[in-house]
Amino acid sequence: MALPTHPLRGKAALVGIGETDFVRGADETPVRLMIRAAIAAIDDAGLERSDIDAIIPPPGYTSAEELASNLGIEDLHYAVTVHLGGASPIASLQSAAMAVHSGLAKNVLVVVGWNGYSAFRARPGVKNPRLGLDPGSVGNTTIDYYVPYGARSAAQFYSFILMRYKKLYDIRDEDAAEVALAFREHAQLNEKALMRGKSLSLEEYLAAPWIAEPLRKFDCCVETDCAAAVIVTSSERAKDLRHPSVLYLGGAEGHPYPADDITNRADPFKVGLSFAAPRAYAMAGVEAREMDFLQVYDCFTYVVLLQLEALGLCGRGEAGAFVRDGHIRLGGSQPINTHGGLLSQGHMWGMNHVIEAVRQLRHQAGAAQVKGAELGLVTGWGDFGDGSIAILGRDA
Amino acid sequence: MSDQPAKMIPDPDGLNADFYQHLADGTLCMRNCDDCGVVHHPPRYLCGACGSEDVSWTPLSGKGRIFSWTVTHRPIDPGWAVDLPWATVVVEMEEGPRLVGGWRGASNDVLKLDLPVRVEIEKQTDQFALLYFTPDP
Repeated sequence: MALPTHPLRGKAALVGIGETDFVRGADETPVRLMIRAAIAAIDDAGLERSDIDAIIPPPGYTSAEELASNLGIEDLHYAVTVHLGGASPIASLQSAAMAVHSGLAKNVLVVVGWNGYSAFRARPGVKNPRLGLDPGSVGNTTIDYYVPYGARSAAQFYSFILMRYKKLYDIRDEDAAEVALAFREHAQLNEKALMRGKSLSLEEYLAAPWIAEPLRKFDCCVETDCAAAVIVTSSERAKDLRHPSVLYLGGAEGHPYPADDITNRADPFKVGLSFAAPRAYAMAGVEAREMDFLQVYDCFTYVVLLQLEALGLCGRGEAGAFVRDGHIRLGGSQPINTHGGLLSQGHMWGMNHVIEAVRQLRHQAGAAQVKGAELGLVTGWGDFGDGSIAILGRDA
Repeated sequence: MSDQPAKMIPDPDGLNADFYQHLADGTLCMRNCDDCGVVHHPPRYLCGACGSEDVSWTPLSGKGRIFSWTVTHRPIDPGWAVDLPWATVVVEMEEGPRLVGGWRGASNDVLKLDLPVRVEIEKQTDQFALLYFTPDP
């Protein structure tokens, strides 16, 4: 008996990708960067700007209306924003897929961009954008319960769960290092990687200063100014466009419980992706180990380890041993972040992960190409461990 | 007058303001479900465990165990630069919920999972107090 097919499976496609350079010190506002990425993605799809009838902007820095006004989109059918921090762009893909499959919109622009280097903290001579980032579900808890004890940054409040994870499961420094080193190696193949030309050794990793224990400098992703965009349309219309179709086979978002405090969960390692991944696999009708590649949200090395377990690639506490065995490098059984990720390409909220996944499935990933890639997944992580996932496949 | 930048004191509203009002008055309280007995933090209007609307403030023993921690080596807020490196701890209280607080009374090297600790309250304003944890021998 055939398994029931999810109504959204394979009904939408990613048909255009665009990104700016990844730099430290862009002389432009986030919205200018986003407009550049949007135009690049529309051009890549072979569409006109007026073909776009839905926009999903990030939870900050701009609005769908501001973007539409710049792009000359006079009849915007649908605009929505996902509030999951860094998990937003990949969760936005499911909203885009729903919009095109339901007929509410034909061509959806999903875009994100920021001055993650220039404006994220005060630097001399830099003026922050007036329209900031929406603190979403984490704002009150952070300010009322963490900041009074000096914990304001993601490195600090993620360490509330990461330190316990490291201690409970004896995660070795070398295991976290392998995540950083593997992605740095992959970044050497990516012309747009901020860390291209900068090798990283285990000795350098271990000698680098602590940021917030258990996180050292190279456990943390690189602050970047950049923007990236994706165009989503129906899989039917995608057939008439210029690139091989990359189908949205499945996806989900997941919220840890409670989502608004990272310290008060019955199981601190049951993160958003732990809820989302099984639903996405069921929707796509695939399993984790079938993936030709994975692009995993890597704000911090240890967050990658948690997600490998949430994805079901290994059991609880086993991610250290999993990466130690060399699985995650190009040529390994589960190559991860073939573009260098947030850790070594740059922090583009995981939209660079989506773009790399599309390149891999188009067979346009250059030196990082996983031979014959047909199936891959992308994850997002944001706020206090919100999760998102998209399973993408090359249209046969 | 010191040139040292101040540490931020929040200006909470709603239940978070009530939490800190109790603390400023000298008592660590949390929201307790009068029906099922589950204690919640951060404070909630309803009991998420049983759905009851009968939730009230109840004093805690002040004792717990180290659940996790981080030691920060780079300040984000300038007011914290003089404390480098400082530990922020997560403590599982005897009543169940976990609290974030400061660490004092022992070096950062003493920190380990399940270490018994007790709370110390340090009043800052009439509406706000800080939580510190210290080893409970």
